[in-house]
Amino acid sequence: MRRLISASLALFMTTTAAFAQAVPGGKLNLIVQPEPPSIMIGTTTNGPALLVGGNIYESLLRYDENLKPEPSLAKSWTVSDDGLTYTFTLQDDVKWHDGKPMTSADVLFSANDYLMKMQPRHRNLMTHVESVTAPDDKTVVFKLKEPFEAFIRGLAFYTMPVLPKHIYEGTDYATNPANDKPIGTGPFKFDEWKRGSYIHLVKNPDYYVKGKPYLDELYYQVIPDGASRSVAFETGNIDVVPGGSVENFDIPRLKDLPNTCTTEKGWEYFAPLSWLWLNNRKAPMDNVKFRQAVMYALDREFAKDVLWNGYGKVATGPLSSKLPFYKDVEPKYPHDVEKAKELLKEIGYDGKPLKLLPLPYGETWQRWAEAVKQNLEEVGIPIEIEAADVAGWNQRTSNWEYDIAFTYLYQNGDPAIGVDRNYKTSQIAKGNPFNNVEGYSNPELDKLFDEAAVAYPASKRQELYDQAQKKLQEDVPVAWLLELGFPTIYNCKVQDIVTTASGLPESMRDAWIKK
Amino acid sequence: MKDFWKRFSQNRGAVVGLVILLLVVILSIVAPFIFTKSPWAMVQRPFIPPFTMDAFVLGTDPMGRDLAAGLAHGARVSLLVGLVSTVVSLLIGIPIGAIAGYFGGWVDDLLMRFTEFFQSVPSFALAVVLVAIFQPSIYSIVISIAVVSWPPVARLLRGEVMSLRSREFVEAAVLSGQTHSTIIWRQILPNTISPIIVLASMMVAAAILIESSLSFLGLGDRNIMSWGYIIGAGRTVIRQAWWVSFFPGLAILLTVLALNLVGEGLNDALNPRLARKGR
Repeated sequence: MRRLISASLALFMTTTAAFAQAVPGGKLNLIVQPEPPSIMIGTTTNGPALLVGGNIYESLLRYDENLKPEPSLAKSWTVSDDGLTYTFTLQDDVKWHDGKPMTSADVLFSANDYLMKMQPRHRNLMTHVESVTAPDDKTVVFKLKEPFEAFIRGLAFYTMPVLPKHIYEGTDYATNPANDKPIGTGPFKFDEWKRGSYIHLVKNPDYYVKGKPYLDELYYQVIPDGASRSVAFETGNIDVVPGGSVENFDIPRLKDLPNTCTTEKGWEYFAPLSWLWLNNRKAPMDNVKFRQAVMYALDREFAKDVLWNGYGKVATGPLSSKLPFYKDVEPKYPHDVEKAKELLKEIGYDGKPLKLLPLPYGETWQRWAEAVKQNLEEVGIPIEIEAADVAGWNQRTSNWEYDIAFTYLYQNGDPAIGVDRNYKTSQIAKGNPFNNVEGYSNPELDKLFDEAAVAYPASKRQELYDQAQKKLQEDVPVAWLLELGFPTIYNCKVQDIVTTASGLPESMRDAWIKK
Repeated sequence: MKDFWKRFSQNRGAVVGLVILLLVVILSIVAPFIFTKSPWAMVQRPFIPPFTMDAFVLGTDPMGRDLAAGLAHGARVSLLVGLVSTVVSLLIGIPIGAIAGYFGGWVDDLLMRFTEFFQSVPSFALAVVLVAIFQPSIYSIVISIAVVSWPPVARLLRGEVMSLRSREFVEAAVLSGQTHSTIIWRQILPNTISPIIVLASMMVAAAILIESSLSFLGLGDRNIMSWGYIIGAGRTVIRQAWWVSFFPGLAILLTVLALNLVGEGLNDALNPRLARKGR
């Protein structure tokens, strides 16, 4: 028997989210910071490129805030009981922006050809895939080598965008002139890009979802200076400030302006989690009790309230609570100075000073390092803050030349994609600041993670991930800090501004302006 | 000595400067006794305005740190950096200037071209580059300030030594068979002390300014609370909390002004004839 996931249910849910009746018309001014090198998201996948390109290109699926798949270019899909065969049925009457029809051939071209050459993230996902085929114009079938449940969350617009075969086939993908004038299937069409000034998108009148998009025009304004970005919003020249595009210390001032709304939603897929790398190879960080003491010493509520303006959430463990398979398990580490001191006394810590490497991403991170230093010195761990620029930070963390170092990473929708890379023994390799940099190695945990990645169905994975989270929280290989919150600040007249787990890039098709 | 003090006190500004300077010195000495906690300690809620809580007279910064404690501890750092870097630059500048002025000829040419090489680079830019290369720490800051501020010492001393070199008492010393080093040490240098003292007081002020500017730019020692650092950290919240940048700014202004006033007073006191000419 096949399990059919109903598209209509998902559609029903998104429409009820909008209480008022959407009205068409109007334009929005958004900030894009920094100006992207390109908005062709098949090749350029940094945040600003996605912010703009997400309106032009689409993928088979999109995801709601719980990372449940919703229809995008695929109107429905089925998964075989063994978890090996995914069959997608495409939407009717989808046209490229140049008027040509979009068919399963385009999906095949993107998945098998274009993205295999251009996107490492896609190649990683495809290691689990045996074959991609198209029985007819409207159907695409992915056959997997093993039941990889995370696959269903790997079809977002920035991991597997569907690109036009008739434009790219047989050309040099990197230099194709269409990269400067992108052609997609999305709700907005590319109009003009004035370098250093703005990117202008206009409504796609032939969009396959009837009535959408509501907005006529989108302007993505390029404003290189941080203070000017804040002022542009204050003066009303900008309607939407995407998360992370103004300095943290400007946020309290902006959000208190009249007629200004904020939302933390739209980061569920990326789920940025911050932590301190504790170099497990060195004493005293090799002692689990020392690492636990560090956890107890940290006042993470303070960091959230004071440094991050109350946005975000104190992390309980290796998984962000936004991620599927997250479980609120024990042990947890509230701020407890006495307990930290006790643990340090127990292991006979000699008071050797340790070095702390802050993340060189501006004032907030510098202040955070100062707060952590203060927290640790309060329990008797002397800390010296080191200075490093971005290159220096990268080099030191990826070559393991640190005692304690700040970082934050995206978790990308599934623990098998964005979490186990930081804890598995097989991921210990110099030269990469995003893998198992702390050097934690536990065969029992390796086994749990390996089994959980390919267990099927989801309930089996949940059991394994529950155990993995508990084990990691006992061992504290790194000191988890906060699930970071990057609020989107916008004029309250804009409605339905974030409707998916990846936020602004995908949501403009649903956004509208209250008159 | 009595004469010295009389001449010094004739300059009202110098006396005011001396009083301010003494206050700053006292503050820096008693800082650890009044503010026993580390100035980095987050002691109260952030953004308490000044003069609203008795325990935190100057209020708190964006992290809830006591601003008054930061200022008091910062005074030690600023004075220490100012003094030490001045001493170091004197140690570089005096020998170079003395040797160049005493021997003259190609030695003088060589040393002065070397000095001009340093003088031709904008000093603050050079200091920024040096600190960036050697990683920001209190040592690299002191060294780089010293490296950029010794050339005026060398120039001044060269001129002084040259004029003393042709005096009779030096010629007498040469005739009596004293070695070069004895003549420089015993006969010439003691006579150059007064202009050096005047210059040094100005250099301390300049060094405090350079240190503050470096810290403001984020090139300070990350583990040391200095005035420049407090201003740099407060700059981002200047619209919500003016006092975080204002008070350390005032402290720098007063200290530097005081040092300059004292320097002028010393000039009057040590070179009475020159001073009267200036009036």
